[in-house]
Amino acid sequence: MSPLGSYLLLSSLLFSIGLAGALTRRNAILVLIGIELMLNAANINFIAFWRYGPAPAALTGIMFAIFSISVAAAEAAVGLAIILAAYRHSQTTDLDQMNSLKG
Amino acid sequence: MTVSFLILAVVTVAGTAAAMGLRNAVHCVLALTVGFVGIAAIYLQLDAQFVGLTQIMVYVGAVAILAVFAIMMTHSPTSVQLPAYSSFWLAGSVVAAAVFAVLAWAISLSPAYTRQAPQEPDVTAQKIGDALMHRFVLPLEIMGLLLTAALIGAVVIAMDRKEEMK
Repeated sequence: MSPLGSYLLLSSLLFSIGLAGALTRRNAILVLIGIELMLNAANINFIAFWRYGPAPAALTGIMFAIFSISVAAAEAAVGLAIILAAYRHSQTTDLDQMNSLKG
Repeated sequence: MTVSFLILAVVTVAGTAAAMGLRNAVHCVLALTVGFVGIAAIYLQLDAQFVGLTQIMVYVGAVAILAVFAIMMTHSPTSVQLPAYSSFWLAGSVVAAAVFAVLAWAISLSPAYTRQAPQEPDVTAQKIGDALMHRFVLPLEIMGLLLTAALIGAVVIAMDRKEEMK
């Protein structure tokens, strides 16, 4: 198998791609997808450290990854609902045009 | 670094990079599913079969479909001509590249970089179920509560207020 560092490098690259997308895209849905990518990069770290750690039989890394996936799913549902509500209000998902907090 | 890891890494990075770089939002989500499948394959390579299949079910099966639905529901004819990137895309890219440089520098200096995997652990779905029902039962219950609250909250937020006023 590859050494632990290759998985860590891959996950940091995925995190940076997600961060770049969240910072540069104009579509609010794609910004949310960038945040999901960052959460996925963290999950790869959980699983990699679990597999290469001293006590993989304790299953803590797997449990943490499963709970993290569940939280990310709930976050995606609420985030998309908020985007839909904002779209109904302003008729756009363009973040450069959503620059007013007043109704 | 093994060949299988390199192939999976290239597929995953290409899919996610295309998801964040393409102009058409629907194409972005399609590329994103490729990236999610690559991440699931990496979990399978790390002997975490349950997490890999959960990743396929939750991300490829639910989150990507949800994102496609949201894109279709918010599609307006005028948004096609708008630029895909925000006005400060250069600063955002520089920040992301700097974050990756710092992370890669820290990882390459760490003693964990060359660590090799121990013996393959014996992880079955039964053991995961046992752990969820005994040692991790309180987090499991809290997760159920969180999912219920999140789904009710999502429905309430996305509900059309005009229907209420009638």
